[in-house]
Amino acid sequence: MIEVKNLTKQFGPKVAVDNLSLSVRKGEVLGFLGPNGAGKSTTMRMITGFLPPTSGGVTVGGDDMLEAPNLAKARIGYLPESAPLYLDMTVEGFLGFTAELRGKSGSDKKAAVDRAIETCFLQKVRRQAIDTLSKGYRHRTCLAQAIIHDPEVLILDEPTDGLDPNQKDVVRNLIREMGKTKAIIFSTHILEEVEACCSRAIIIDQGRIVADGTPQDLRRRASRAGAVHVAASGLSGGAIEKELAGLRHAARVEGSALAESFSGIVWPKPNTGAGVLAAEIYQLAGAKNLVLSELHEDQGRLDDMFRELTSGNKS
Amino acid sequence: MRNVWIVFKRELISYFTTPLAYVLIIIFCFLSLSLCLFFGGFIERGDASLSSFFYFHPWIYMIFGPAIGMRLWSEEHRMGTTELLLTMPISPWEAILGKFLAAFTVLAVTLLSTIGMVFTVLSLGEPDVGVIFSGYLGSFLVGASSIAITCAVSAMTRNQITCLLVSVTICLVLTLIGFPPISDLLRGSSFLGIKLGFLADICNGVSLFWHSTEMARGLMRIQSLIYFISLIGFCLFLTSVIIRSKRA
Repeated sequence: MIEVKNLTKQFGPKVAVDNLSLSVRKGEVLGFLGPNGAGKSTTMRMITGFLPPTSGGVTVGGDDMLEAPNLAKARIGYLPESAPLYLDMTVEGFLGFTAELRGKSGSDKKAAVDRAIETCFLQKVRRQAIDTLSKGYRHRTCLAQAIIHDPEVLILDEPTDGLDPNQKDVVRNLIREMGKTKAIIFSTHILEEVEACCSRAIIIDQGRIVADGTPQDLRRRASRAGAVHVAASGLSGGAIEKELAGLRHAARVEGSALAESFSGIVWPKPNTGAGVLAAEIYQLAGAKNLVLSELHEDQGRLDDMFRELTSGNKS
Repeated sequence: MRNVWIVFKRELISYFTTPLAYVLIIIFCFLSLSLCLFFGGFIERGDASLSSFFYFHPWIYMIFGPAIGMRLWSEEHRMGTTELLLTMPISPWEAILGKFLAAFTVLAVTLLSTIGMVFTVLSLGEPDVGVIFSGYLGSFLVGASSIAITCAVSAMTRNQITCLLVSVTICLVLTLIGFPPISDLLRGSSFLGIKLGFLADICNGVSLFWHSTEMARGLMRIQSLIYFISLIGFCLFLTSVIIRSKRA
């Protein structure tokens, strides 16, 4: 549905987005991750046709954004970063206005407005002026605007920013639900959100893609993923550490050795599974009369992965 | 055209749901009538004509036009709604035209609310209706021009006060260069032996004031119409260029 090819954006000498390519299919929810200033919003603004790219191109549903902007834009629903709204309008009036710009009129328009209001839980405030609404309602009003024409593509720039936990949950469920039939790109820096609703995640840093895969894939790429967490007592900490390091499948041990106990992480040798190493540690404990209070495999954390990928090259 | 209408409708409603349009209409009526009655010698003249009424219009529009137009794009930039509007499947010129026409309509409503002056002079004597029509048309076009100028300026800044000040200054310059004392000054002087009279003609040609006073006298020249229409067209074109370059 969305094809982005070699997209580059320069602001003066600063390269905000650097030769970025990606594609999103129908039924896919792509989480767009990156530290602040990584180029997430700039990329989304180019995909939605708000900013013209310095080079490269975007096609949405086969229509080129530069050559046939109105056809391409018609397929997209867009929630900009700060959820901008016309404050002097009512919720209903505003949604009616956007529905009209999306080519709807008469009963068609009314149905679209009603549906969007219902989907985004705005029934209570539909006749209220937008400048009297709380932030959560404003955000959802802008989201309602994005889905008013039931678009094939949704671009959501930080859709849960500034919402309370309940509202976040509502929006996440909405994204998950809509992701079944649409192509969705949404940006966030809340990593749990990616695990909760994305089928794929991309991490960008300094305008470039540094990782691309399912959230599980990315998690596994964290350096601790697959290592074994151990906490044991029964000997002096130093002795336990030595025993662990001497295991046949252990590559490296890291942790804190106290007088009576040890707790830390053991990395398996390459081509060795965490399970094999854990079994060996278990045997060791039996042989040496150690008391194991913790023994489990690290599943990898997206946070770690994110930090490792995006903090190293920030000089 | 449908999109122009949709943007126009939203913009016009917004003028009238906020106090802005009402305040502007009242101020315009108050200023134009009081200037005409107290300084224009409307009564002392003993003549059933509206020339003293129209005489002050360019001066009022200097502030009135920018006051109507300053929110057109500045407000969108400030609220971030430009991003919303320009990612809709409409072209920028449709948005520009829709917005301009909404401001234009506020101007038309304002001028229409001074219609009492016409009935007053009609009851006082037998004025030349053609001259009155020409005066209104001239006044309308000066107002539309100052709105178009403001429209271009407002596309540049997110700050309405900046937009107001810059637009007022541009309108002031465009009015003053055709103001008789300035023209006479130019006509009477010379620089390095070259008479500057031709400069006065050029200045008159590009001045809002001169075209408007000529039309208030009943002189509906095709040149004046072309002047106003091309000034408005140029400003709207400039707006689209500014909006495009702001995004790049």
